[in-house]
Amino acid sequence: MNDKDIRALMIRQLGQIAPDVPFDTVDPDADLRDEFDIDSMDFLTLITALGKELGLSMPETDYDQMRSFVGLQRYLSSHVT
Amino acid sequence: MTGPANDGERISKPAHVRADANMENYDKVRDSFSWEAAESALDGLPGGHLNIAHEAIDRHVAAGHGEQIALRWIAKSGARTDYTYGELFRLTNRFANVLRDNGLERGDKVYALLGRVPELYIAALGTLKAGCVFCPLFSAFGPEPIHARMEIGGANALITSKRLYQRKVAGIRDRLPQLRCLFTTDDAKVAGTRHLQPLMDSASDIFETVPTDPEDTALLHFTSGTTGKPKGVVHVHQAVVAHHTTGRLALDLRAGDIYWCTADPGWVTGTSYGIIAPLTNRTTMIVDEAEFDINRWYDILFEEAVNVWYTAPTAIRMLMKAGAEALGGRTFPHLRFMASVGEPLNPEAVIWGNDTFGQPFHDNWWQTETGGIMIANYAAMDVKPGSMGKPLPGITAGIVKVADGKATELTAPMSMGELALRPGWPSMMRGYLHEQARYDKCFKDGWYLSGDLAMRDADGYFWFVGRADDLIKSAGHFVGPFEVESALMEHDAVAEVAVIGLPDEAAGQIVKAFVALKPGFEPGDDLRLNLMGHARKRLGPAVAPKDIAFRQNLPKTRSGKIMRRLLKARELGLPEGDISTLESDEA
Repeated sequence: MNDKDIRALMIRQLGQIAPDVPFDTVDPDADLRDEFDIDSMDFLTLITALGKELGLSMPETDYDQMRSFVGLQRYLSSHVT
Repeated sequence: MTGPANDGERISKPAHVRADANMENYDKVRDSFSWEAAESALDGLPGGHLNIAHEAIDRHVAAGHGEQIALRWIAKSGARTDYTYGELFRLTNRFANVLRDNGLERGDKVYALLGRVPELYIAALGTLKAGCVFCPLFSAFGPEPIHARMEIGGANALITSKRLYQRKVAGIRDRLPQLRCLFTTDDAKVAGTRHLQPLMDSASDIFETVPTDPEDTALLHFTSGTTGKPKGVVHVHQAVVAHHTTGRLALDLRAGDIYWCTADPGWVTGTSYGIIAPLTNRTTMIVDEAEFDINRWYDILFEEAVNVWYTAPTAIRMLMKAGAEALGGRTFPHLRFMASVGEPLNPEAVIWGNDTFGQPFHDNWWQTETGGIMIANYAAMDVKPGSMGKPLPGITAGIVKVADGKATELTAPMSMGELALRPGWPSMMRGYLHEQARYDKCFKDGWYLSGDLAMRDADGYFWFVGRADDLIKSAGHFVGPFEVESALMEHDAVAEVAVIGLPDEAAGQIVKAFVALKPGFEPGDDLRLNLMGHARKRLGPAVAPKDIAFRQNLPKTRSGKIMRRLLKARELGLPEGDISTLESDEA
């Protein structure tokens, strides 16, 4: 899976959780939870869904690397083989 | 006699821990306790007046503690900013002057819609100094919950950020005729809003705290009901007597402690124990702007050398799930007391705390209406994991049965009934704003009825059983099904809707909606997402349903009332119970 696919997957999964927030209105470098107006539960749902699709175990202790859209994308890219 | 879920389990406290606690002997303190004596721990103001902000800040500065750090703010970036009691004194004076300069008078309602930023704390205390009423709103609310709470309370002023203004307030402002002043913490550059910083800079830092009457309204907190609009819970300045006392007895707070309450001030815990009690007890409060994050939280506990930590089951369960390796070798030698509130903490989490931190989490129980902790596990008392503990000194709790319009106390151990309290403690609500009938309904035969079902064991420990109504508790906060249903009903496709709470490992419960569609609409993923988006836009992530399912029809009684209880039982595969009133069933 390349960067483009990962990005598309992220946008699709975020669209499931926050369908009211168009992707082109968010700042990908800013706080992911603020930008998509999602709470901790939504964030967990997102991570679980991404982990399942990509076959990744994403431990809670890595969540601090996933604070922005770009950060999360970078994390996924570097962990997906 | 032990509690239901954990036969024989009891965590005893070592002698040195008991001897060191603020309340070494629960029974002894309870026997001799009086609220009048408790009040003498505070200063008061001449002529029998009392103001929370004076007790929280002014008196400490007058006593020579102006140099002590009152608030250490940790920004999302990790940067630390310290505010001493002296600085907080001057900043809250400035804020009170800003309110006066902008025509806000004693008794006016000042709302805050902010994340955990210093301005929130300054606004809360400055508002109280000015004799105004402070009402915090949770920043994860959407426009509709915000509008309902501002309209019911008659908000006269709002402090918010540019971002929250644009996303959540701009669209409802026209519908808030009483809102005269709008301050933003950054320059919104929007007509009719004022940037707070320059106003603060030019305001005087001298202000004489208004000598409020103990029974003057100080705080307004909203809570959800099963039916109808949210309820505005009125608290008065006298409540500070309970905040201070319970902070000392139930949280073991001491002057000079480093204290971290992780609750957001948008909820009552984050105000009573995230602003008031820590300051009246002259602790140093840690405030973290960021949301829950495991590494960050362990770093804060470790680096700030936190002494007392007050948090919530959702977070504790997530920490527990991450396991011991998440600790990364960090130890917490300064941590003296850990407490939890929001919903019952499961016994496993209490025991995990004991194994991991060398002490259990001390669960306690209270409500927005009670204003302060009512039942608690104490530093010097054995913990029965899963129990909420025993009533505070000065609090009489009972298990009552309400039948034929009468409330009768059930005294046999482990009888199940409604958890009830004898009214009269200082932080008891003084009313639901404009809702006398709903307020009156909370009281019967000299008891305040909590709406929670519970049991008391032979040792006097209380055990939570469930809710007596359909209220949902998600991540420790009540969500009123009616509020969610109302927002969904506004959607063109929706004919009827019922909202219930489903068990969730982390959040306790999550909100799920069942929707029956109008003719001409087809259920499907697109419509489901459309409904989710609709609900989120209006309600915000804290209130909107996390899941939506379609039904042809919803189960109803003869009078047309949707049977949420039945939907829930079916969803969980539980017995359906009494369905004699069921008239039309789901399909």
